[in-house]
Amino acid sequence: MTERLDQIFVVLKHWLLGYLPESWQTPVGVVISVVCIIGLYPALFAITTVLERKGVGRIQNRLGPNRVGPYGILQPMADGIKSLTKEDIVPTSADAVVHFLAPIILVVTVFMGFAVLPMGRNMVLVDMDAGLLFYFAMGASTELSVFMAGWSSRNKYSLLGAMRAVAQMISYEVALLLSSVVIVMMTGSLSLVKIVEAQNHYSYGLPHWFIFTPWGFAAFIMYAIAGTAETNRSPFDLPEGESELVAGYHTEYSGFKFALFFLGEYVAMFSISGLGSTLFLGGWMAPFAALQFIPSWIWFFGKLFVSMGVFIWVRGTLPRLRQDQLMNFAWKFVLPMCLLNLFVAALWRFMGDGWLRWVVCSAILILAYVSIGREGMRRKQFGPRSYRYAE
Amino acid sequence: MGLVFYLISAFAVGGALAAVLLKNLVHAALALTIAFFGLALLFLRLDAQFAGFAQILVYVGAVAILVVFAILLTKGSEVPKDGVFSKSWLAGLAISAGVFAVLAWAVMQAAPSLPNESAVPSVSVNDIGNALMSRYVLPLEIIAVLLTAAPLGAVIVAMHEKAGKQEKLGAPGPGSPRTSSGSWGGDFVSETWETRKN
Repeated sequence: MTERLDQIFVVLKHWLLGYLPESWQTPVGVVISVVCIIGLYPALFAITTVLERKGVGRIQNRLGPNRVGPYGILQPMADGIKSLTKEDIVPTSADAVVHFLAPIILVVTVFMGFAVLPMGRNMVLVDMDAGLLFYFAMGASTELSVFMAGWSSRNKYSLLGAMRAVAQMISYEVALLLSSVVIVMMTGSLSLVKIVEAQNHYSYGLPHWFIFTPWGFAAFIMYAIAGTAETNRSPFDLPEGESELVAGYHTEYSGFKFALFFLGEYVAMFSISGLGSTLFLGGWMAPFAALQFIPSWIWFFGKLFVSMGVFIWVRGTLPRLRQDQLMNFAWKFVLPMCLLNLFVAALWRFMGDGWLRWVVCSAILILAYVSIGREGMRRKQFGPRSYRYAE
Repeated sequence: MGLVFYLISAFAVGGALAAVLLKNLVHAALALTIAFFGLALLFLRLDAQFAGFAQILVYVGAVAILVVFAILLTKGSEVPKDGVFSKSWLAGLAISAGVFAVLAWAVMQAAPSLPNESAVPSVSVNDIGNALMSRYVLPLEIIAVLLTAAPLGAVIVAMHEKAGKQEKLGAPGPGSPRTSSGSWGGDFVSETWETRKN
């Protein structure tokens, strides 16, 4: 029974394909999977927007949307209808072709990343040899669409926002890649399916996820920071800082094109969380051996939603960084830590089993964390904190 | 070969031609990206996954962005009045045609001497990694040193600028090799306004 529930989507697809002639099965199978991905993630996006508006509302001590449907859960429907019926305004001085192409390219490249993510046991569109490389290649292509959007609008806020976004994405992409390279070093494969399999064993009922090692934990922290910056989320949302740049690179977009940018941002968050849970949190694996009877896809999407929750939580609590802080943080803190982590991972590999490597690797990382942090703070000369309360 | 090959080739060649012929520099840069993408697709068509994805990652993700940044930072996005074509375009055309002829001749000459393999050689990413880390480790290290030297040089150039100017917008950090510009923002704003006036 559990086995069948685990494979329900795979079985369903094969059952559907069984009605087709032999030569049609492969192309139609691909189309079915692609349609599922393209249908599923916008639906999750709709759910997440409600969660986010409700969650951030609670954090900011207000109710959030509560007018459309019970508890405001039909809000995304209203938003969708609104963005579909709004007039699509293109500025007269804008570069019409590039302005039109930018949101489309963004959404296409963002969705491409899901092609290699394993969403459950046997649930991956293409098991590529170079899956991780494919994912990052697609991620790198989104930068260009952001630039296209900002440049073609012929608006200084758009251009500034796009330049900020591109600079930020390039800087943090280095960290993103370097923190993932550690996993590749350990598993010896770029295939995401193999990376999940490498974590797929338990001892004493507990999983062997990569996050539960010193180097894995450090890499996960760096990955989370870089992933947040890659998706332009708060506290790294300078490209869209509304107090400075109106709305950044999508200032001049309205109607459905704006909705596409919005969709692209959230789907990119899903995708980066999905990759993060695949690399560090065991992908579709259960967190305890005893819970393996629950289908694998529930675990994958559960992890996805937990990380979305963290995204929302961080957005509600942290203030936005300044441009120089952002760059300093990327190049003076995250990058050195990632490079050091590569050495630590190599050390871990060659020290063999035993408790000694836990001590040595953790000590190196903690020491580096403290000393780089202290060194960075030393020049800042912060005084003691003072609080002022409203009278 | 077949239809797909010709479609991809048309894509790549069309992008490259547009990159040369378009008047607006940013359009030309975007067209060049299309050419890069077409090349990546050609690699993928030859089952060279690593080369194809590396092509996208490096050229579309980094080189195209670098080109675009360079155009915007150097006030080059405005179209000059006397057109983008230089007066010596005929000589340039002759030289490039000559280079192309020599390369084509060399390739044609070399083709018969290659071993005639009927089966497609299968090289996995794993094999490439092993080769890079064992047999070709010295060239890899040399390239690594070269690439490390480049950011160091870029940082030094950027630091010089900062000392002279006094930081106005706060230190932009050591700066990446690709984004190390002392003055953020100011240039872009003035430039957009100028292009708007035209």
